Amino acid sequence: MTAVAALLGRGRRSALGALGTTAAAVIVAAVVLAVLGPALSPADPDASDFANAYAPPGPAHPLGFDGQGRDLLARLLTGARTSLLGPLWVVALSMTAGTVIAIVAAWRGGWLDSVVSAALDVVFAFPGVLLAMLVAAVFGPGLSAAVLALSVAYVPYIARLLRSAALAERRKPYVQALEVQGAGSVAICLRHLVPNLMPLIAAQATLFFGYAMVDLAIVSYFGLGVRPPAADWGVMVAGGQSGVLQGYPAESLLAGGCIVVLVVAFNVLGERLSDDSGQSGTSGPSRWWRPGRGGTA
Amino acid sequence: MSEAILRVEGLRKVFGQAVAVEEVSFSLPRAGALAVVGESGSGKTTVARMIVGLDRPTAGRVTACGRDRSQPARSARERRRRGGEVQIVFQDPYASLDPRQSPAAAVEEVLRLHTRLDRGRRRARVAELADLVGLDERQMAARPARLSGGQRQRVAIARALAAEPRILILDECVAALDVSIQAQVLNVLSEVRERTGVAYLFISHDLAVVRQVTDDVIVMRHGSVVERGPTGQVLDAPEHPYTRLLRASVPGPGWRPTRRITQQAKQAKETR
Repeated sequence: MTAVAALLGRGRRSALGALGTTAAAVIVAAVVLAVLGPALSPADPDASDFANAYAPPGPAHPLGFDGQGRDLLARLLTGARTSLLGPLWVVALSMTAGTVIAIVAAWRGGWLDSVVSAALDVVFAFPGVLLAMLVAAVFGPGLSAAVLALSVAYVPYIARLLRSAALAERRKPYVQALEVQGAGSVAICLRHLVPNLMPLIAAQATLFFGYAMVDLAIVSYFGLGVRPPAADWGVMVAGGQSGVLQGYPAESLLAGGCIVVLVVAFNVLGERLSDDSGQSGTSGPSRWWRPGRGGTA
Repeated sequence: MSEAILRVEGLRKVFGQAVAVEEVSFSLPRAGALAVVGESGSGKTTVARMIVGLDRPTAGRVTACGRDRSQPARSARERRRRGGEVQIVFQDPYASLDPRQSPAAAVEEVLRLHTRLDRGRRRARVAELADLVGLDERQMAARPARLSGGQRQRVAIARALAAEPRILILDECVAALDVSIQAQVLNVLSEVRERTGVAYLFISHDLAVVRQVTDDVIVMRHGSVVERGPTGQVLDAPEHPYTRLLRASVPGPGWRPTRRITQQAKQAKETR
């Protein structure tokens, strides 16, 4: 959704290239399906009929049924909502906190900057998923605990990149001219610094949406995020496991496929946007699907 | 020099181990024009940054319009008042403007900060300032990326003048422009001074430009002032060897690049 906003705001689809445009289209389609999900759904996603367990696809139920006899298409469509809303919250919270921290540190400098940088390094040491599971273990499982924990874990990545960008911007003569004019710090930051950092912020938000999606799915997979009766892609991957063993892999494969396609789309679009924003070296937790950029100059 | 509008006394700035500015004193008369010349790294820009408050002096005093400004401003009001006393135009025309803000909006923002004019009056004042620096309405509404270096520098001058400062510091403000555009901007500056009575502190390494715009000059080297006096006198009959060196470094008529390499090649041929 951040990506869509960034796209519409720029109105320059050609800059994204064919791949980036495709990625944006996939994301828009997913958002539309998530919003319209319940209306399009062919059946009640929670209605279970054991007579239909692992029943194959039919005309009324195009994707068939899961092990508890629930309609798979209905569950995928309903699950899209939680699977997209969770990351949206993570991105909203961590981007807001990260941006505020980065700009305050870059603007004030001195000891405050040193303290903030040291604190960020400490949070860096915690892997996001581990922190989310720890929080879930302490406060009980649930989506909000996982969202909050992941948001905290993402802040250092976002704040570190934005801090260096804000520092570079702060040294530019146009900002210094405003200081000499006697304009207030808050006014300069809100009216000039943030708008000029916005392309970078949008690109980061898009990338982190993808990361958050995978991390939340992992947490839900382990039963510490979204609770099983509810439809969620991560929960569905976990729930379909027994089916895989019995020769019915559809539930796990479909839910896993949705996650993979969307995460790839968010990554591609995020990379395109950050290339476009003129900032090389986007930050992010290094992952198996996205090795660090170091080495490729 | 009791009617000096800007007075700098014993200014000193140390960055870590390096002394950037050492014991610099000068004063700028009301509506005067003083040049600060010297090579890169001589401390000219650091002096300018200390005067406007972007750097804090290690020692020394800066007094503008009779008020001390060696310490950082304590209140928002004080900050704005200082902004109304001294303004600065920077060297780099490409980074001097917010890329997302039109020149008209940039000038208007300053007017909102420093005046109590209503919207209509502000717009009239923006047009007046644009006229003063020779920009038309279309240019004032354009995005900075669509303007040339000279146009942007004129926007920066208009924005600085919007605060109606008594002193305008021009830090190498024409150095990044090509010669014909330099001449245009210098003409704008002469006219502005005539019409508004603003005093200039003109920082430059370009002696020809300095001669055209300023009345007096100080020559800086390694952070200290080595020579001072009326511009014509200092440039025509420099007393300090460094000033002579600076003057001799300017390519003038009759100057021919030495073709050392071709000569060496010729010699090599002959000896063979």
